[in-house]
Amino acid sequence: MSLKLSYFAWVRERMGTGEESVTLPDDVRTVADLILWLAARDDAGARAFAEPMRIRAAVDGHMAGPGAVVPRSGEVALFPPVTGG
Amino acid sequence: MIRVAVQPGVIDVAAEYAAHDAGGYGASASFVGRVRGDDGLTELFLDHHPVLTASGLEALAGEAGARWSLGALTLIHRVGGMAPGETIVLVLASSAHRAEALAAVEFLIDRLKTDVMLWKRETFGDGRAAWVEQREGDHKRAERWG
Repeated sequence: MSLKLSYFAWVRERMGTGEESVTLPDDVRTVADLILWLAARDDAGARAFAEPMRIRAAVDGHMAGPGAVVPRSGEVALFPPVTGG
Repeated sequence: MIRVAVQPGVIDVAAEYAAHDAGGYGASASFVGRVRGDDGLTELFLDHHPVLTASGLEALAGEAGARWSLGALTLIHRVGGMAPGETIVLVLASSAHRAEALAAVEFLIDRLKTDVMLWKRETFGDGRAAWVEQREGDHKRAERWG
């Protein structure tokens, strides 16, 4: 089972891609775990997720806090605070 | 009639107004947000989510329709690259009376800035480019609506 991750704004630029599919280790259970896992995975992740407090997440289309459970399949979007309007 | 759109193309304000106003309601209020050319800005780029940006706008439109008695509502946000002077966002609300139309427009533009998946990047004439940071004042305005 793989999970789709999508990135936006400067998170997309620092990751060097807008989306990818990942298979999560068993110990990555929450949004906060996912961000730490990506930050530790490679240089791009370290740049994008150096400041977890600046990252927002949506799990399967719904805004989700750091303690929200990450599904094994579906989509998690990771992005900075929004600036539309 | 509710019309919500996320579009890369130019927002035709006159055409949208004509379509919106067809119901002949007692009061129509509007907000047009345009790209400012401050500090030598040459391009504003709006990043968005292919699905969730539109559904976020639809949810806000639905919330406005539940709070106020609106005859018509138009909520259009542009995405992609745009130049100074071009329209980024258009909000039109019509009701029998002015108070509801005006309140709905203010609610929508305030909450749009904090609730919908859109991100601005500014590019300047000297080559600098930077993503816009969220402003504390925008949160305070959005929170007024509860």
